[in-house]
Amino acid sequence: MLAKRLPFAALCAVLTLVMGLPILGLNLTPQGIHIVLKSAPSATFMWIALGAAVVFLFQLFKDYLSGFWRQVPLPKASSFTPNLEGRKRIYAERAGWFLVAVLAFAMPFFASRGATALGNLVLIYVILGLGLNIVVGLAGLLDLGYVAFYAVGAYSYALLHQYFGFGFWEALPISAILAATFGFVLGFPVLRLRGDYLAIVTLGFGEIIRIVINNMTWLTGGPNGIGGIPNPTLFNMEFGRIVKDPGDTLFYKVLGIEYNSNHKVIFLYLITLVFALFTVFVIKRLTKMPVGRAWEALREDEIACRSLGLSRTGIKLSAFTLGAFFAGFAGCVFAAKQSFISPDSFNLYESVIVLVIVVLGGMGSQVGIILAAAILTMLPELARDMAQYRMLFFGLLMVLMMIWRPQGLIPMKRTPVELARE
Amino acid sequence: MLEVRDLSMRFGGLLAVDGVSLNLNEREIFSIIGPNGAGKTTVFNCISGFYRPTGGEIQFNGHAIHSMPDYRIARLGMVRTFQHVRLFNRMTPLENLMVAQHHQVNTNLFAGLFKTPSYRHREQEAMDRAVYWLKKVNLLELANREAGNLAYGQQRRLEIARCMVTGPKLLMLDEPAAGLNPRETRDLNELIVSLKEDYNVAVLLIEHDMGLVMGISDRIAVINQGRPLAQGTPDEIRCNPDVIKAYLGEE
Amino acid sequence: MHEQMLYFLQQLLNGLTVGSAYALIAIGYTMVYGIIGMINFAHGEIYMIGAYIALITITGLATLNITFLPVVLVIALVLAMIVSSAFGWSMERVAYRPLRGGNRLNPLISAIGVSYFLKNYVLLAQGSRDIGFPLLIKGSWTFGDPNGFEANFSYMQLTIFIVTIVCMVALTLFISKSRLGRACRAVAQDLKMANLLGIDTHKIIAATFVIGSALAAVAGMLLGMYYGSIDPEFGFIAGLKAFTAAVLGGIGSIPGAMLGGIVLGVAESFTSAYLSTDYKDVVSFLLLILILLFRPSGLLGKPEVEKI
Repeated sequence: MLAKRLPFAALCAVLTLVMGLPILGLNLTPQGIHIVLKSAPSATFMWIALGAAVVFLFQLFKDYLSGFWRQVPLPKASSFTPNLEGRKRIYAERAGWFLVAVLAFAMPFFASRGATALGNLVLIYVILGLGLNIVVGLAGLLDLGYVAFYAVGAYSYALLHQYFGFGFWEALPISAILAATFGFVLGFPVLRLRGDYLAIVTLGFGEIIRIVINNMTWLTGGPNGIGGIPNPTLFNMEFGRIVKDPGDTLFYKVLGIEYNSNHKVIFLYLITLVFALFTVFVIKRLTKMPVGRAWEALREDEIACRSLGLSRTGIKLSAFTLGAFFAGFAGCVFAAKQSFISPDSFNLYESVIVLVIVVLGGMGSQVGIILAAAILTMLPELARDMAQYRMLFFGLLMVLMMIWRPQGLIPMKRTPVELARE
Repeated sequence: MLEVRDLSMRFGGLLAVDGVSLNLNEREIFSIIGPNGAGKTTVFNCISGFYRPTGGEIQFNGHAIHSMPDYRIARLGMVRTFQHVRLFNRMTPLENLMVAQHHQVNTNLFAGLFKTPSYRHREQEAMDRAVYWLKKVNLLELANREAGNLAYGQQRRLEIARCMVTGPKLLMLDEPAAGLNPRETRDLNELIVSLKEDYNVAVLLIEHDMGLVMGISDRIAVINQGRPLAQGTPDEIRCNPDVIKAYLGEE
Repeated sequence: MHEQMLYFLQQLLNGLTVGSAYALIAIGYTMVYGIIGMINFAHGEIYMIGAYIALITITGLATLNITFLPVVLVIALVLAMIVSSAFGWSMERVAYRPLRGGNRLNPLISAIGVSYFLKNYVLLAQGSRDIGFPLLIKGSWTFGDPNGFEANFSYMQLTIFIVTIVCMVALTLFISKSRLGRACRAVAQDLKMANLLGIDTHKIIAATFVIGSALAAVAGMLLGMYYGSIDPEFGFIAGLKAFTAAVLGGIGSIPGAMLGGIVLGVAESFTSAYLSTDYKDVVSFLLLILILLFRPSGLLGKPEVEKI
């Protein structure tokens, strides 16, 4: 048994060395106008050797290991949510959401300023994740350029403010609608195609938007970005110390309290929370509407859908457009929060992070995505030393999730339309 | 209502269908028979728009449909089943029938988000129609199960119900009796006749079960190697020497 | 000769050079797609790794005072092909094989993961800055008026042509004549049937990844040297373009990938010469959308018949 696996295990170990040694062990270092090869510290070689040994042993004892592995039970969906029947389950779910919402609303009044700001970022990723989830999880379309619509939303607000003096609340719907329009226009030609073409076209589109923003310096400021984007106001009350827009008043003066710079952070957090809850509500409703049913049916069997008169392009387009809508929405909130945006905020990495959120959380599962957004946004903040390994880790995570748990941490649980028994 | 004239379909070098003509009247059960690989399903795929025929014309209730996309043809009132059942397996039978009524319900986003009276009303109607048809095919008890877990015969019936709930004028069935036991085949027989008698539907049928075909068909077309061989009433087909030689004689 | 004519010829030549390298990368996409119907998003990374290994080898040999050019080039090429193939083989084994037969979306997501993993692997080990790639094959022929516009045909360009043609011929012979090549064709035509006939489809798929990766490594070394610098991001755009080339030629078709690469290279070269260099990368993408819209089966591909 072992002897049979030996040659293969040896081959795998050798391949590990082949893949590890030259790239990790020998570093190209510029020296003046020349490049020289520097050997990595000896610890690196130790790690490579260790890696090869682990691969060797793993391959050698794979059969035993997989037998052992099978005995470890995977958590099932039902172990996370109590198994309740019909109505009861819906009430329990509503109560759960309500509790989470209350806690989330209370959080900034107890937490530090930094934690609140981080919470705000988490919420923006929640909106993005849920939006992409419509496209990837519900409609089954792989969109790798989702960040393009996020950029459209953010730049819409920034430009509308810069050139036409629009405030946040006027710009918000326009940003979302503009992003949705972009989604519609891009989706229209490509959604007839097979899924993998869509993936690569959206990948290209995401880059193109960034290149165009970068190159149209006269309009967008190019790589320098756009600054001075105003924060949201509450009934024309600003949260700064002094009034920026002459028509506005100041929050602390109207309420007659002491100025506190935390007010702004808390307010931003709270409105983002409202938007995130709005997103959750809308998408929850969508899944139970005819269009949501059609998405699911299309994922199950496209040919059957067509034979029943459902237009696949139309249905996919609705998912793509709605997904873009929420990205635009999140983009506008992001621009308002940061006050400054540049093309750097919208590179491919962002698309990948949002995709990882959807994949990790569980395609189609709202709770999972919220959880994943929280984990993936907070993790790099908590482990700053490891920040450089973030993308490496995300790449690995995507592969591992696909192999071990393609349905995500908390898989989507269907709530079928039930027929009441008479 | 359906008129197929000189239909041909070529895949690369292979002429799968060559010069097939049919025409179907209202409330008629019309069967297409022929040996395996004769091109029957290809004819179906051309008529229902999944393939674009390389030659010929197809008219349905005054619309030229030979270059129309499949989903538009379905909306004109021509729906079909598949040789290998195609259900939305992870959805329930009830949901399968709800999806099929996508064009009868209110798909307006805002109406759905705010649950307007018109939206609720149309959903309720769709639900009632679904329940009606589930009852008709004897699946009401199983309405909340997963469609993929139903028995084979039940899946076949569900597929027919899913077509009927759209209110079609022409129903195309691709080997509906394949894999059914004799009792189920008898029920199917009754169901098809009832669809014609009670719901004024024309049926275009591909079937190998000769008992079923001869018993319910008003007319039959025989296709062999992509070419039409004979057409007529069951009695005419039974006596046709070409058919006996090419088809029945083999067995 | 007219200056304009010379300028045109120069652009054509540049386009053909880059295009033939794109063709080498495109073959990897097209072969994998032809067999398992999946876009290997990480293929661009394999190309980038090939370029890095070639540069590391060349620098290493220089340190060892081995300077005889043909030896340096051959060793660098062979090592780049070996290491890239190791990556290609392992990636198929680890990230794609376990997912075969499942949901179509899963291998695509896994491929994105591999692509990010490999890019950051190189980035962490070798740094993110771009590194100069020495032009070892120097010299050129010049045509035209020394006082006006001179067209250049460099030895480097000639090398790219020769190497590409050799690779293409070898691949074509391999696919049409060898046992393994015949099995490859069988698997591409009908994977299930080939499996029933006793062909080890896993082995064939792995072989496809190895061949594709080796060719990408060749392209990586050639283009790295031609452009004069490399960085870990350099696989992404090249990958996107090679994919466009594969689709342009008709995905799944090897001659299509060759043709598509060359057409794309020329189109791109003319765009930057006669329109604008800023939007050079945009052009190939627009081309991709146009083909997908008007001729999704590409120049040489066969239209797909849906099985119902």
